[in-house]
Order: sequence, then structure tokens, then C-alpha cells
Amino acid sequence: MLVRRPPDLRSSEITDESLYLDRRDWLAAVGALALASVVPRDAAGQDAPQAIGKPYGLQPNDTPTPWEDVTTYNNFYEFGTDKSDPAENAKGFRTRPWTVRVDGAVAKPADYQLEDFLKPARIEDRIYRHRCVEAWSMVIPWRGIALADVIKRAEPTSKARFVELTTLNDPQRMPGQRYPVLQWPYVEGLRLDEALHPLAFLATGVYGRTLPAQNGAPLRLVVPWKYGFKGGKSIVRIRLTETMPRTAWNLAAPQEYGFYSNVNPEVDHPRWSQAKERRIGEFLRRPTLMFNGYADQVASLYAGMDLRKHY
Amino acid sequence: MLAAFDRGLRVVVEWLHARVGTVKQPGWFRAGLFIAALIPLLVAFGALGSDLVMGTRWFGSNPIKQAEHFLGEWTLRLLMFTVAITPLRRLTGWNWLAKHRRTLGLFAFAYVATHFLVWGLLDVQLDWPELVKDLTKRPYIVIGFIAFLMMTALAVTSTQNAIRSMKQRWNKLHRLVYVIVALGLVHFLMAVKRDIEDPLIFAAVFAGIFLLRWRLTRSEWSAVRTTA
Repeated sequence: MLVRRPPDLRSSEITDESLYLDRRDWLAAVGALALASVVPRDAAGQDAPQAIGKPYGLQPNDTPTPWEDVTTYNNFYEFGTDKSDPAENAKGFRTRPWTVRVDGAVAKPADYQLEDFLKPARIEDRIYRHRCVEAWSMVIPWRGIALADVIKRAEPTSKARFVELTTLNDPQRMPGQRYPVLQWPYVEGLRLDEALHPLAFLATGVYGRTLPAQNGAPLRLVVPWKYGFKGGKSIVRIRLTETMPRTAWNLAAPQEYGFYSNVNPEVDHPRWSQAKERRIGEFLRRPTLMFNGYADQVASLYAGMDLRKHY
Repeated sequence: MLAAFDRGLRVVVEWLHARVGTVKQPGWFRAGLFIAALIPLLVAFGALGSDLVMGTRWFGSNPIKQAEHFLGEWTLRLLMFTVAITPLRRLTGWNWLAKHRRTLGLFAFAYVATHFLVWGLLDVQLDWPELVKDLTKRPYIVIGFIAFLMMTALAVTSTQNAIRSMKQRWNKLHRLVYVIVALGLVHFLMAVKRDIEDPLIFAAVFAGIFLLRWRLTRSEWSAVRTTA
């Protein structure tokens, strides 16, 4: 029986005593009613992690995976290959200034400062299921914008059939890129109709907070019906293309990782079964759901396709 | 090149024998070795048990996987110490090391058996169809399982009685340890995704030990041993 304590409060999240005392004075002035609305803040002025958002495709027994796990158990090879490496090596990774280039088969190509890129879009909190190709899973309260918004803004031309998302390539700041573990920069891609699907999301935050670097700050793709590695992190370029992008894992091991990489319990990875998954924090394995539980919303995108062939 | 290596090795061996060759086994050695070899196993049980029952994160967010990796790597480490005994003995002249090889080998078996049990009971959770599929169709698991069966055979025949009754065949059978190491390394290499650094480091250390063993156990070295 596995029982998880609620996420621990790190010492950095504990309000400094002097601030706390100041606030008490302030509270006294404002009145006791304000007490309920005060959320503890950390040194960076961020609210304590809060599992907020509209649930999408959650099963009755799905609860958000603790913040501690979401932010310390990461596959982000740009910061090292061990799960704990990114949280360690991404400390101090600067995400401002940050430029996002939108180009390729679009009428309005542009280089955006991140702030300008995000400004016109509506920031939403969404709780999604997350299934890694390694047969573990989480439930994550993301914050971000719909990918479709930024694609439509660029006005794709009739030639646009795919969307290619590229991660920052900077071995100085991303020490994992000093080793040829994968072909850098990390490139991911979607078919245009997949990218325009309302579930396709660009995360800028998690747990109501700014996205930690180890989770792909400042901009990270989230495609909840696909295996986690499809979610490119620290994105600097979104390019609309006519041909299918060559994606990082597909280049590394084409027989193991296809372009689509939809979650599918019936199609095994060559080295392990995909029928079940271990939810982080739970002991008994759960059955994996077709399209990770989003079949109702996305199955029509693949009507008539042989998903064994297009894995 | 090999001749130059041998000449250098001879210098080292003569120097070491002259310096430390007469050192006797310290009184605490047997108990110390036993405790040292046992500690990682206790750590594995403690960390995994605490993580599963109390929700701690000694083994991170996915403690069962982490325990598997931890136990697998310690199996390789124990095998490494086991096969290092003979070259180390030749290097230093400490012949008393020989009787500890069995202890280390049996500890390696304890680690691999725990590795196998954690995988079957806690990871796959006795999902028989999947266990059968894994053990027959997934090459890296098949390879690991074969190595485990071989280690079982060596553990079972590690008694004084078996050594006596099997005579020459015992030596032949226990040379399987080299096959086991090779299979273990391949199993590790195939299990990782692209981060092949750790298995390659293990492979390099084993290669070094085997090279030393190969050069140090040729007959012409007996002269060095007697003069020491």
C-alpha cells in the first residue's frame, strides 16, 4: 500500500518570519476577512503550488500527481539522462529574454519576444493525464495556451501540413547537449490537424506557477493523447512544413519511436509492453487507456489508419 | 605492445610483492567484507520499503524502477569484485583473498535474485501473460534471465561438497562467470534508452580486470610469486 504525503513545503517556500510579521500588521489593518485569501509565497514571490484547472479526460480515480514528483522526475535529456538530473542541472536556467520564431508555410512569419507571443492568447489552467513511453504516468495541472491559437495567428498557407517544434540548442546552458545522446536540437512534430486540435497545448506553467526549467520552461508542448516525449520543451521555433518533420526519437531509434507515438495499449514498444502503466505515487499498475483516455476527442483524427503501422 | 604491457606489469607486481606481499589477512577482514557487501542490499530494502509504505522518496518518484536499477548495478559491482579477486591476488601476493571469492559471488547472486524478485513481484506484479512474454520475447530480459539461471547454477554448486565431487568439471562450470558478466553487460546496455554511458563504464572496468587476469595468470609468472 503506497500512501503519499501531500507535497512537502520546501524551506524556500516558507515565508520569511519578518515578512510574515509585516503581513500580520497589514492583515490587522485590512481585516480578518483577508486572511482566507492569503496564499503563502516563496522567495521568488510565487504562490505555493496549487493543483488548479479544468479537468480534461480525467478518470474517476485520477488525482493530480504531487508537485514534488512533477518537478523532480523528469525526462529532459538536455539537462542529463537521469530522472533527477533536470531538476538539478536546470537550476539557474534563464528563460528571459526568450525569442520564439514562427515561420515556414505561414503568411505571417515573425520572431516574437515571449511576452508578445503569449499576450494575445488566453491563459488557461488545464489538468491533463500524462503517459510516458516508459510506462509510467502522472496527472498534471498545466497552465498555458492552446497551440491552435498561435498557429492560426501566423496564418498557415495551403502548403502547411505539419508543425515542427524545435527546442533551444545551447550546450552552454543545456549541459546534456554536450553529449551526443540524441541529435540536437530536439525536434518534435505534429500533423497540422493534430496541432490544431483543441487539446494540443503550450504550457507556460504548472500547478498555478511559472513552469520550472526542468519541466520545459518557458514554453513546452503538451499533447496528452501521445507519449510524453512528443512534448518538446524550451521551444524556440514553431515551423509549419509541407513534409513530415524528422523527430528526435524517431531519428535515434526509428523501429522503437514513430512519428505519431499515440498512446496505445495494444501496440507494444519493442522492448516492453504498453498495456499497463505505473501511476507515479501508486503501487498497483493501471491499465493504459487508448489515446491515454482521450479517444472520444481524438480518435477521429486517425480514422482508417493502421495504428500498428503508424505507431 | 602486449610485451611492453607485460614488462610494465612485472615491474608493478615485483614492487607490490616487495612492499605488501607479506601482509597477512587482518582479523576484521571477513566480517568487514560481509558487512560491506550487505549494506547496499539493506539500503535497497530500507529505501524501497520506506518509499512504498510511508511515501518517502529515498528512491525518487518511481521507487520500484529505481530499486531494480540499483540492485542490477550492484549485481554487476559484486561480480566485478568477485572476478577481481584472482588478478588482485596475483598483483599483491595476498593469497588469502582467494577464500573470499565465494562470499562475493554469493552476494552477487543475492543481489541478482532480489533484482529478479523486485521485477517479477513488484514491477510486473505477477502478471503471468506479461511475465511469459517478457521472458521469451524481449531480448534484453531473455538475456538477463539466462544470466540469472547461470548464476543460480553457480550458487548451487558453490558448496565445499560440490567442489570436491565435481573436480575438473567444477572449474569448467564456474568459468561461466565470464559469460555471465558478458550477458549482464549486454542486458544493461539494451535496457537503457540512449544513455549508454553507465553500461560502457562498467564494460570498460570489466575489460581492464579481464586483461589483468589474462596477463597475470600465465605460467611464467609463477617465478615472481615464489620470489615474493
